[in-house]
Amino acid sequence: MSGTKTAIEEGVLPTLTALLVALVAGDLLILSYGQSPSEVWRLMLSGTWGNAYGIGQVLYKATTLVFTGLSVAIGLRAGLFNIGAESQLAAGGFAAGVLGLLLPVSLTPWLAIPVCLLAALLGGAMVGFVPGVLRARFGAHEVIATIMLNFIVLAFLNWAISATGLAVTETLHTPVVLSTAVPRLAAYVPMFHGSAANGTILLALLTVVIVAWLLFRARFGYELRAVGLQPMAAESSGIRVPRVWITAMVLAGGVAGLGGTNFVLGYKNYFEDGFSGGAGFLGIAVALVGRNNPFGVLLAALFFATLSQGGLAIHALVPKQMVEVLEGIVILAVAVSVPEVRRLLRSRPAKAAVTTPVQA
Amino acid sequence: MLLLLLLQTLRIAIPYLFAASGGVLAERAGIVSLTLEGFMLTGAFCATLGSFYFGSPWMGLLLGVAGGAVFGAIHAVATIRFKADQIVSAVAINLMVVGLTRFFLRLAFDSSSNSPRVAGFGGDGNAGVLATFTNPLVLLGILVMPALAWVIDRTRFGLRVRAVGEKPEAATTLGISVDRIRYGAVITSGALAALGGCYLALDQHQFTDQMTAGRGFIALAAVIFGRWTPVRAGIACLLFAFAEALQIQVQGTGVLPSQFVSMIPYVLTLVALAGVVGRAVPPAALGRAEG
Repeated sequence: MSGTKTAIEEGVLPTLTALLVALVAGDLLILSYGQSPSEVWRLMLSGTWGNAYGIGQVLYKATTLVFTGLSVAIGLRAGLFNIGAESQLAAGGFAAGVLGLLLPVSLTPWLAIPVCLLAALLGGAMVGFVPGVLRARFGAHEVIATIMLNFIVLAFLNWAISATGLAVTETLHTPVVLSTAVPRLAAYVPMFHGSAANGTILLALLTVVIVAWLLFRARFGYELRAVGLQPMAAESSGIRVPRVWITAMVLAGGVAGLGGTNFVLGYKNYFEDGFSGGAGFLGIAVALVGRNNPFGVLLAALFFATLSQGGLAIHALVPKQMVEVLEGIVILAVAVSVPEVRRLLRSRPAKAAVTTPVQA
Repeated sequence: MLLLLLLQTLRIAIPYLFAASGGVLAERAGIVSLTLEGFMLTGAFCATLGSFYFGSPWMGLLLGVAGGAVFGAIHAVATIRFKADQIVSAVAINLMVVGLTRFFLRLAFDSSSNSPRVAGFGGDGNAGVLATFTNPLVLLGILVMPALAWVIDRTRFGLRVRAVGEKPEAATTLGISVDRIRYGAVITSGALAALGGCYLALDQHQFTDQMTAGRGFIALAAVIFGRWTPVRAGIACLLFAFAEALQIQVQGTGVLPSQFVSMIPYVLTLVALAGVVGRAVPPAALGRAEG
């Protein structure tokens, strides 16, 4: 009983602390700009969850973040820090966009869309595979490898779109392909009209459930978590650690790559250079606040999507960059308070154990 | 042509040299240096503020270094006192600094892209020999790696930095305060990397949004490619800068697309990490929070 209670406290307290710190920091930033904090916070809420368009935009942004957050969480569960979700996301979107161009226009969407989803999965997985192998075969640290790969892959995509004639003249995006378009939510729920929210949301929810099942119910997930907790112990119990590392990075890359379809298939219907726009890096925040739990990732993605959409809503009063500061503060505060809360809870005298029997 | 190329190499290398020196120092003490980018950007912005409000590049330099030291201290407190994950703290700081510089760019100069022109060093855009060598930050930048090599190899502080980075437990038994040495190393690394940002801002006489443009990560690549020693990291900085200068010189001739040239530092670092040309072995305690 008290074990569960501690676990819940360990999970919730750091997040609450981080929110409080971010709120205070936000107040200071708002005041420094000569605005009223209560008014700005109210505007942020009404501009996000206060109307259908705002809700739609939050859902759209959260969709990408669910994928990148899951990607980082899968890596962390295996003890690997995937900083490469940004380029995996971009590569997935690129693969989906280019394959959409190659497929015959007459192909039914029922076939064309799954093929593009598969391409996105493979595109991201390929980028994830490299640091996985470098770690498993050569012992190269995955943090450095994924950071270096971000630069390499993003530069390569920039070249591929600007120097090979893939892009529409004068732009950095491919032509619009409507035969692989995932329908917008507004097609079914008219009140979402104008927002970018689209059917990829369902894929995101499905991915959450599949990743949760894989991590906590499947044999592979057990091995992956064992490697993440104690690679040496996992090794000696017969788990092939290098193989788990590679598979985990391929999976992480694939999931991040799938996220690219939210923009490419669901929103613009083309690949555009730089569309990832930091969503991969924000995935680190999402995984951290979501405590590497797929359902926690879902909630954290909604939170960070609310922040970034909220930034646009308050821009008339306070620069939207305020939310970038707050994102950083939330990450730092969670990172600082997770070990601190754990220490405080562990060092707390075991009062509960003594008093409970008396009350009973 | 050759002189121009070498001069340009030097000018491109200066911010790398400063940032990489900070990176070598912090990583040798056992703290991961993914923060260099954030430290540099802080330095560039604070230098611009200082130069703008006091009308002197020297005040800019002072403020820039102070700003870098403050963020170095934040990273140090988070990772040493609170034992926060070093990589997460670095990601947070880099993100926060981008947001803060943009926020205060709007607040101070009401712009979303750049500051007005401020006093700086050297004539801006002037790549002449005189302009380059009268810039005090160029001279300092040339000296920083040899000086760091001396500090790390020959001084007591350097010996202790190496000790806490390799065997913190052993250092503790010798009565060395691991935490204090690490605080010193990380805060100094913030100040050193910030100098690289100061150079960028004061050389261009203004701050532009995200003007460091990933240079902190190239510097980190140089640290790893140089296997965590100052002299080799310095040579790596010059090598990366030379590739960039060469690319600028041959631009338009279509020999190699600029995107591929920009990949060179990162590819070389991956190759070094994979041990293809001799293994890059990091300090033993790198990334481990020690009690």
